[in-house]
Amino acid sequence: MSKEREQGMSVIVKTITRLTVGLILLYGIYIVLHGHVSPGGGFAGGVIIALSFVHLMLAYGKDVALRKLPKSAISFFEGMGALLFLGLALLGFTGGYFFLNVLGKGEPFRLFSAGIIPLANIAISLKVGAGLFAIFVALVLLKPDAEEKR
Amino acid sequence: MILYILCLVLFCVGLYCILRKRNIIKIIVGIIIAEYAVNLFFVLVGYRMEGRSPIYASDADILNMVDALPQAVVLTSIVIGLATTALLVALAMRIYGKYGTFDITKIRELRG
Amino acid sequence: MTPEAQIIPFFVIIPLAGAFVTALVGKRLKALPDILGVMSTVGLLALSLVSVQLVRLSGVLVYSVGAWRPPVGIGMVLDGLASFMLVTVNVVAAIVVLFSVDYMKRFTSKWQFYSLFLLMLAGMNGVVVTGDLFNLFVFLEIASVASYALVAFGTEKQELEAAFKYAVMGTVASLFVLLGIVFLYSFTSTLNMADMALVLAAKGPSHIVLLVSVLFLMGFGLKAALVPFHAWLPDAHPSAPAPISAMLSGVLIKSLGVYALCRIFYNVIGMTPAVSSLFLFLGALSMVIGVFLAIGQWDLKRLLAYHSISQIGYVVLGLGLATPLGILGGLFHLFNHSVFKSLLFLNSGSLEHATGTRDLRKMGGLMQRMPVTGTTSLVASMSIAGIPPFNGFWSKLIIIIAAVEARRFGYAFWAVLASLLTLASFTKVMKYAFLGALRDKGRALAEAPVFMRCAMILLALICIGGGALLAPGIRDVFLTRAADVVLQGLRYGTEVFKRVG
Repeated sequence: MSKEREQGMSVIVKTITRLTVGLILLYGIYIVLHGHVSPGGGFAGGVIIALSFVHLMLAYGKDVALRKLPKSAISFFEGMGALLFLGLALLGFTGGYFFLNVLGKGEPFRLFSAGIIPLANIAISLKVGAGLFAIFVALVLLKPDAEEKR
Repeated sequence: MILYILCLVLFCVGLYCILRKRNIIKIIVGIIIAEYAVNLFFVLVGYRMEGRSPIYASDADILNMVDALPQAVVLTSIVIGLATTALLVALAMRIYGKYGTFDITKIRELRG
Repeated sequence: MTPEAQIIPFFVIIPLAGAFVTALVGKRLKALPDILGVMSTVGLLALSLVSVQLVRLSGVLVYSVGAWRPPVGIGMVLDGLASFMLVTVNVVAAIVVLFSVDYMKRFTSKWQFYSLFLLMLAGMNGVVVTGDLFNLFVFLEIASVASYALVAFGTEKQELEAAFKYAVMGTVASLFVLLGIVFLYSFTSTLNMADMALVLAAKGPSHIVLLVSVLFLMGFGLKAALVPFHAWLPDAHPSAPAPISAMLSGVLIKSLGVYALCRIFYNVIGMTPAVSSLFLFLGALSMVIGVFLAIGQWDLKRLLAYHSISQIGYVVLGLGLATPLGILGGLFHLFNHSVFKSLLFLNSGSLEHATGTRDLRKMGGLMQRMPVTGTTSLVASMSIAGIPPFNGFWSKLIIIIAAVEARRFGYAFWAVLASLLTLASFTKVMKYAFLGALRDKGRALAEAPVFMRCAMILLALICIGGGALLAPGIRDVFLTRAADVVLQGLRYGTEVFKRVG
């Protein structure tokens, strides 16, 4: 417990982080799911989701953040997001064209409408979120490596 | 008109950073500035007189929107810029680990 | 849209799917990356040969992605030039993957290599197949960023430095290309290449098109390593692992650089005498400067990289002549250069695998110990120097005849001079590396492993048989079709829109 108390930032930052990180994640998911109705979509929502985990890492140190989302889970989500997107695009072949919008379109401005676009947004947000967090983890883990070599 | 010229001036500022600065990190910042300038220029090209932002609303019927195509395209371009920046930063950190300096005039093992 | 056009998106789908699956499960299943890589590239090679046949039957094939018809949506266009480039890229890619099954055993994370390699291949195929200008930029960036990462793959000191310099210069080039696309969009208000050809034909010449031409020449010229934008190539190509050097020098600078220049300047903007003479001048400059800088080199891969600059100068010279014979020669030399330059880089990889060095002064007499590498290297050297009956001779001859026919005697003279100097340079390579006395350490050397040998022999066979592509029956199917697409100029727009479905 005392080791975790030494890593990361001060008590004030840790308390506020504990309160807000869940809200940030929720906000990112909201932007992803409403991507076909309001501005935002997969990439912007994915960045916000990644930022919630990065916020955790900045405030608490990398051990706590990696316990919440281990490295194997990051690469799994990243690969899954990419394959899901490609799978959705290939699904268009059932209608005859690559990337055709095959699911029902519904009425505009409803949450369940616009065919495959919400699903594509979810796939992109998985890939972008996991990818950005993986880049951050890789750069953070690279630092002691680089300093040891000198 | 002056907005377009300012965008191109910003692009030239980024280009100056890439060409004349010695620190690797400053070169990367120059690339980011230049990329930002080109994206901004692209979005500004899509402006129409008295145009509104290209978002459909369920209650109102908006007739004159600015051009929506540059906005979609710039989104892709920003993502590409992000990927390139991440790769350059990772390369810069590895170079620091091997060479021990960020000064580009000292990183000159390949010659001839 | 005809049912045959359905195969066009698969040129991008297959390598992308391979890359994603390898990235997901490649770490756990050790044999999967090799099998997936070989299967995808061989499948792509088969598809590209099928595409040549389809183009022979139907002319131009157009595919509308997502059933949005161009110019509203993105269209993928398969015509003679596209199928020619696809065959070139996929033949070299398949053989290089075969080579790297054995060569990449020295690196621990082979799955990362295959993932990045397949991404780069997806980018290159995408650049060739797409009919939309911004889509071309996106695929250009995919291939470029994957190649920056691949150059730095071994993470040694020199590789990182070369990768950083290559990455910065490549990013600046992409920014110039993007700026050109922005100006062109503001002028024509469309991003589809066929539509742009129609609009630009109607509007005629203007200052903005001149500015866009200069920006594209700078941007794509750097990707194609034309002098004076060549400074990244002598650092990046030697430092990369051998299969990556073969891919970069063999196909990347052609698919991203020369093909894009050809397509945009002939089919979208329209070739003017000013641009054509600029091509001629830059091509001749690259030819001469490349070969002069190569003569003094002792590092084998650096020498090969400078020769790449020189041979790309030949291709651009042929394309700049703007006559049917010149374009035929330029495109044929593009295909030949992919084949023999990849073979030369694979040979250097095999030499490095055996002796551990790239310095010519440290090698000697290796023909006795490594007969396969030596013989294939001899074949490739004779091809690049232009000795009959290998394929390099035919394409260089056509370019020189086309230059004389177009009354550009000065350029023909420089072409002959560069060819003689290339012959001198490669005589030096053969003498120092393969002939002569075997050094002491050389006694324990062995020939390259099985897959590496197969890959080199296959490329050498293509070098020997390459002249057959000029035979009247085969020439109409493959080369003349590609040259005709380039020559039709701005009529590309009407041809594509006739076949949108």
